[in-house]
This record gives sequence, structure tokens and C-alpha cells, in this order.
Amino acid sequence: MADNTVPTEVVFRIRRFDPTTDAEPHWEDYRIPYPPGMTVLEGLKQIKETLSPTLAWRSSCRMGVCGSCGMFINGRPRLACNTQVSELASGLVTVAPLPNFNIIRDLVPDLVPMFQAHAETQPYLIRADTAEQQQPTGEFWQSAHQLEQYLQFSYCIKCGCCMAGCPTYATDPHYVGPMPLGQAHRYNSDSRDGGFASRKQLLSGERGPWRCHFAGECSRVCPKGVDPARAIQLMKRQLVFDYLKLWKQPRPASTAKPPAGLKRRDGIPEAPPRTI
Amino acid sequence: MIENKGRPNRLGLKGWLGGGRWGFERYLYTLHRLTGLGLLAYFVLHIVITSSRALGEHAWARAMGSVTGPVFRVGEYLVFAAFAFHALNGIRLALVELGFAIGNPIEPVYPYRTSVDEQRPLAIGVMIFAAILAIVGGIGFLK
Amino acid sequence: MRDQHLWTWHIGAGAVILVLLGLHMTIMHLDTILPLAISTPQGGKPIDWLNVVERGKDVFFLVTYVLLLGAALFHGFYGLRNILFELNPGAGTKKTLNGLFLAAGFVLFAVGTWAAWAGFTVARGA
Repeated sequence: MADNTVPTEVVFRIRRFDPTTDAEPHWEDYRIPYPPGMTVLEGLKQIKETLSPTLAWRSSCRMGVCGSCGMFINGRPRLACNTQVSELASGLVTVAPLPNFNIIRDLVPDLVPMFQAHAETQPYLIRADTAEQQQPTGEFWQSAHQLEQYLQFSYCIKCGCCMAGCPTYATDPHYVGPMPLGQAHRYNSDSRDGGFASRKQLLSGERGPWRCHFAGECSRVCPKGVDPARAIQLMKRQLVFDYLKLWKQPRPASTAKPPAGLKRRDGIPEAPPRTI
Repeated sequence: MIENKGRPNRLGLKGWLGGGRWGFERYLYTLHRLTGLGLLAYFVLHIVITSSRALGEHAWARAMGSVTGPVFRVGEYLVFAAFAFHALNGIRLALVELGFAIGNPIEPVYPYRTSVDEQRPLAIGVMIFAAILAIVGGIGFLK
Repeated sequence: MRDQHLWTWHIGAGAVILVLLGLHMTIMHLDTILPLAISTPQGGKPIDWLNVVERGKDVFFLVTYVLLLGAALFHGFYGLRNILFELNPGAGTKKTLNGLFLAAGFVLFAVGTWAAWAGFTVARGA
């Protein structure tokens, strides 16, 4: 007879590895009560509290904005806090550390190579007028349309799920990876930026987007909809058109100077003195 | 430069063939590589064999004689089918990897419609076209 | 050359191959479905010696064969290089592979061009 009641228990199969005692990672099963609405992260906490106090993982915000809890859950890279146990088809939840990164312990990956690659792409605004950047006199002009060109890519939370999905990064650690490339494009397509030529040093070489072959996994697994695949293909277009001399990065946005010749209305007090 | 802390955990070649529950385009990527390798191997042999025509009719006949038989016939058809897939998928890749057919950057609103979703109709279309081409070619080979 | 340049040529070569190899496949393999005069000018099958000679005499085929040869060798070897380099070989191995591919590419191009040229001149002379 078919049983339509909600299951009261769930089994977590977790990839455990303690470098001080284990030679190899191994799977361990834990059976815990399953309240409806439980996320994988809540399950891990339950296991740590009641069954295995030595379980280690990274998490922080528990609401999908910090990017700490990226893990390989039921065959796909996901955020543990963002993954409902009920959305995983089988009654078994397999949790492994994010692939393509060294395992420090249990579910904790070593993300430093990703952050190093990210730093190499110069993920900040590069402009000639450094004085303006240090002591700003006004805002930079940017239209809504110009904002739209890079806004999607600015939502990246650096969780590493895209890197885990990438087939090139699976074999080639020198490939910079979808997250750093997506972020490089986020700055290249920012109208306030003038650093395309500077980033080209890295991007035109063999570590750049040429190792991407649009398997599309990065965009499929991204928990924030950043779509790094789109960023990388748009970056390739920019680089190819730059090589063919069909495109040049436009001049960076200028500053909006405060309007001159305005009189303060009576009764409105002066602004407090600037603190920077 | 790249730190080596911790135990290596790369998917390796398994990541090319599918190390988890991956998508349609990832398998197209793998197949594109396999067909490419097959076509390159055939091509190198093809240059050597067909260059025999410069040495006259007897050399040509000898070369052609060395590649007759049912195994070669089937192999030739496989090359044609591989070409059909690789060429049509290549059209898709050339378009997509130059940033066309993947949609413009948009404010991400869940459920996200990614560049992969945007180019999916193109992917289906080229696959259908490739299948038609492979079948038509198959008819040609059977005659 | 940097990958930015090589990849651009790779895509360009792909476009050239799409057209020329498509033509080649049509002439050589789809002759029963789409009979064209150039497939079998001397009757029989496109692969028969007389048809090969007939096509060999034509300057159009000389030019397109050499173009297709060059484009396909570049495209194929760059693709193979990509696949092998993504398996993370050492720097020395990469240099060796680069040299191997260049050498193989030039040798095969020379062989193919010689054959096309020989077919063009000898056939005309005969």
C-alpha cells in the first residue's frame, strides 16, 4: 500500500577525512530526524550536535549570501544552506567536499588557489586618474544601460561552485577558472573602468578564457544566477574583436562635477564638514 | 604560486566524461572532443593515402585497395557522422563562444534563465540538423 | 603566438573548413543523392582514378584543396594541443608538443600541397 506520509528520518552519507588519522577519505552514514523544510546545512549541524562532533565544514550566513558552504551534494555543487533535503530526489543525501580543490578536512576545501587566481585578474577599477579615486570630488557618470552590462556578474559570492563544475578546471589547475574570469569581465565591462589593456596580459595567454569550451556547468550550478559562462563568452568576443582591431575599450566614465551657480534656499542648513 | 595544502581532490578526466549529474552541453563538449580526435586521426591517414595520386594510377589503385572492405566502409561512414556532429556543433560553439545567441546580461531573478538556457534552442536545432545530415549521408553510403 | 590570436584563427579555420569540407563531402559522398557534374565527370564513382585526375586538373580544386588542407591541419592540431595541454603537462612537455605539432603540421601540409600540385601539373601535361 502506497505510503504518502512525509518521511521522518533521512540518511546523510558524508565524505569524511581527517588528515591526522585517515589515509583516505571514506563515506560514513548518519541517520537523523527529518523535519520538513530542513536544509542540508541544518542536517550537518544536527549530525555534529548529536552523532559526530568531529564533523567539519564551513558555513556562516545560512541564507545563501556569504558563499562559505559550497559542497558537492547528490552529484552537483550546491550551497548547503540553499539546498532543501526535499529537493533531492532520493531519500539519501550524499555530501562531499567541493571537487577540484584540495581537501583540508572533511567538507572543507582549500579555496586559496581560486582566490589567488581572482587577485591576478585585477578585480578592481583601474583608471588613470588615481588622484580622483583616492580623493573623490564627485560620482562617476553611469547610465542604467551601462550598469546592466556588468550588474549580473557583480552578484558573485565567490562560493566556488562554478569552479567545481568546470571540466577544464577538473584537469588543469593553471586555468584561471570561471569565477576569476567572470569577475575580470565584470570589471572590463564596467563603464567606469579603464583596465582592459592591463588585464589583457593575463587574459590573452593560455590561462585565459581560451580554455573554456562552453560546457555551461558553471552557469547551471551558480547559486546566485551570475552566469559566468555568459561573462566568459562575452569576454572572448571582446578579446577577439580587440585582436582584429574591431573594438576598443571606451574611455572610462568621467566624474560628475557638482553643478555650479546654484543658490542655497533660505532655511536649509549647510552640510557638515567632509570627513575624508 | 599555487599552494599545495591538503589532499588533492580534482575530478580529473572523469570530469570531462561526467563526474556527477551534469547537463546536456557538457556531454556535447565531450562528444565534440571525441569526434575531433577521430576526425584528426582519419585526416592524417587521409592525407597520406590520397597523396598517392601524385604517383600515378597504379599508386592510386594500390592505396585505394588498401582501404577497401566492410570495416573501412563502416569507418568512413563513422567519419562522415562525426563530421556532421562536429561541424554543426562547431557552428553553435563558434556563435556562442563569440557571445552571440546567449542573451544579454540581465538582473538575475530566480529561477535563473542562464546563457545555457538561452542557447538551448540553438543546440537542439543543430543536433537535429546533424542527425538529418548523418542519416542522409548514411543513405548515400548504403547505395 | 598568444592563445588570443591562435583561438581567433582556430574559429576562422573552422568556418573555412565548414564550407570547403562540406563541399568535399557533398562531391565525394552525396553524389548518389545530389548528383553534381563535378562529382563524376567521367562517370562511375567520385573516387575513380579518371574523376580524380579530372578534378586534379582544375585550378579551383587546386586552390580549395590547399586551403582546406592548411585550415584543417591548423584547426585539428590546435584542438589536439588544447586537449593535451588541459591535461596539465609540464612546461618542457608543452614546448616539445608545440614543436611536434608545428613539425607534423608543416610536413603534412607539404605532402598534401605536393600531391595537389603534382595532380595539377602532371595531369595537364599528360
